[in-house]
Amino acid sequence: MLSGEHGEAIERMFRLLVRLGDVYGADRMIPVGSVQVAGVSYKSIGDPGMEFLEDLAEKGVKVKVSTTLNPAGMDLEKWKELGFPEEFAEKQLRVMDAFKRMGIMTTVTCTPYLVGNLPRYREHIAWSESSAVSFANSVIGARTNREGGPSALAAAICGLTPNYGLHLDEKRKPTLLVKVSAELSDIADFGALGYYVGKLVRKGVPYFKGIKHANVDQLKALGAAMAASGAVALYHVEGITPEAAMMSTEGLESVEVGDKELEETYRSLNTGTGPDIVILGCPHASINEVAELARKLEGKQLKKPLWICTSRATKETARRMGFMNTIEKAGGRLVSDTCMVVSPIEQMGYKTTGVNSGKAANYLPGFCKQQVVFKKMDELLEDIM
Amino acid sequence: MKMRGRSISPGKAQGEALVSKEPIGFYGGIDLKTGIVIEKGHELEGKCVKGKVLVFPQGKGSTVGSYVIYGLKKNGVAPAAVVNKETETIVATGVILAGIPCVDGIDIERIKTGDKLTVDADNGTVEVE
Repeated sequence: MLSGEHGEAIERMFRLLVRLGDVYGADRMIPVGSVQVAGVSYKSIGDPGMEFLEDLAEKGVKVKVSTTLNPAGMDLEKWKELGFPEEFAEKQLRVMDAFKRMGIMTTVTCTPYLVGNLPRYREHIAWSESSAVSFANSVIGARTNREGGPSALAAAICGLTPNYGLHLDEKRKPTLLVKVSAELSDIADFGALGYYVGKLVRKGVPYFKGIKHANVDQLKALGAAMAASGAVALYHVEGITPEAAMMSTEGLESVEVGDKELEETYRSLNTGTGPDIVILGCPHASINEVAELARKLEGKQLKKPLWICTSRATKETARRMGFMNTIEKAGGRLVSDTCMVVSPIEQMGYKTTGVNSGKAANYLPGFCKQQVVFKKMDELLEDIM
Repeated sequence: MKMRGRSISPGKAQGEALVSKEPIGFYGGIDLKTGIVIEKGHELEGKCVKGKVLVFPQGKGSTVGSYVIYGLKKNGVAPAAVVNKETETIVATGVILAGIPCVDGIDIERIKTGDKLTVDADNGTVEVE
């Protein structure tokens, strides 16, 4: 296998894993159960990334383990209708084709765990996409470091990852105790909490006490915001996440997050008023989130564009259930394969974007030159109804 | 003078040193087509990295920088070799993908722009003529 151009490409990817392992002090390579590859949007990787991926595909390189893909820079089917630039689309489709030729499932979602890439408890995986890394480690109890696009791809091609960091028991212990007294109801509250804590804990592992109830959608929002404002790859929630009960919080530094801290976070994330567009679904909306939006839009008419970003698989269910029809009748769109962070919305004439996601609120000013309105979904809908 | 460091990406190369005391961010920092440093206010702004042994403490900035290093090589304007104080993951990923010899753990203060360098990244050494 390790001969000719094909072999040389694989050898280079293996060398990448070995060197990264050296840098981080790994003792050996371990097999991985699945991979999630980021660095898919042409907006992020540009011509150099596209050409790199095309070269690999050209040499006949294939992935060894089940591998899924992060969102692209546009809806791969309805890009024309949604106004994505032609030149951008042509290059994005070339990127997609390269991934497909390598045997990667072109799921193009940041929620692989909702569309068939579901690791088991304690399974070693190599995922990129910071919000999915956080979900897999924290909510499922699988084990992955925060991989970059190339290192995840290398893991997929070799079926291996260096054994360091969050693959090891001792690196999964909490570093900060967070006592939550704030009232959390909406998904946006979890995003605000995550944004606040991510800034404090940076690369550490927070342990939450005082969160009485949290569903999967709320945990997805919490983890995504912490991974964006900090570099949190793992968190524990007492009574809710699987490893929390095994962890000791004795002697840990602690902080309190009350209603005051949450309100301050909302204030700091709002850099604009009166959104030109509202975009929901960061990370990609689950079918329950799409259903909730449809219920709220039943028989209503929107004055400004509204997108809800979701995976292609969830969109198909929403179509069958009639949710898509309800949302479209009100003037909204279900957008698949992409999201507001990785698509060129600044080139599409939007200046102020309304979001209910702490992660999106964190990235939109820098990546998309947007002013941000960060609120609960109900309040955003009021703004554009 | 021969210095010993750690091999990050194998290979051998000779060339003139281009030394930066500041870290280098490849994404948005170096033009992909020409290999010219374009970061405003950078001490190497306007200099071309093509064929040089590029000496700098470490990388900085976006992770897409790895792909830019690969792109420089493909476009024929890459440095002949890279010498760092400490190679972090962005540069390590880039030089390995591109196949550019790279050694780190080198006391780069002892190298001046214009020095003739021989980099043997198979053995992790850098020799100043």
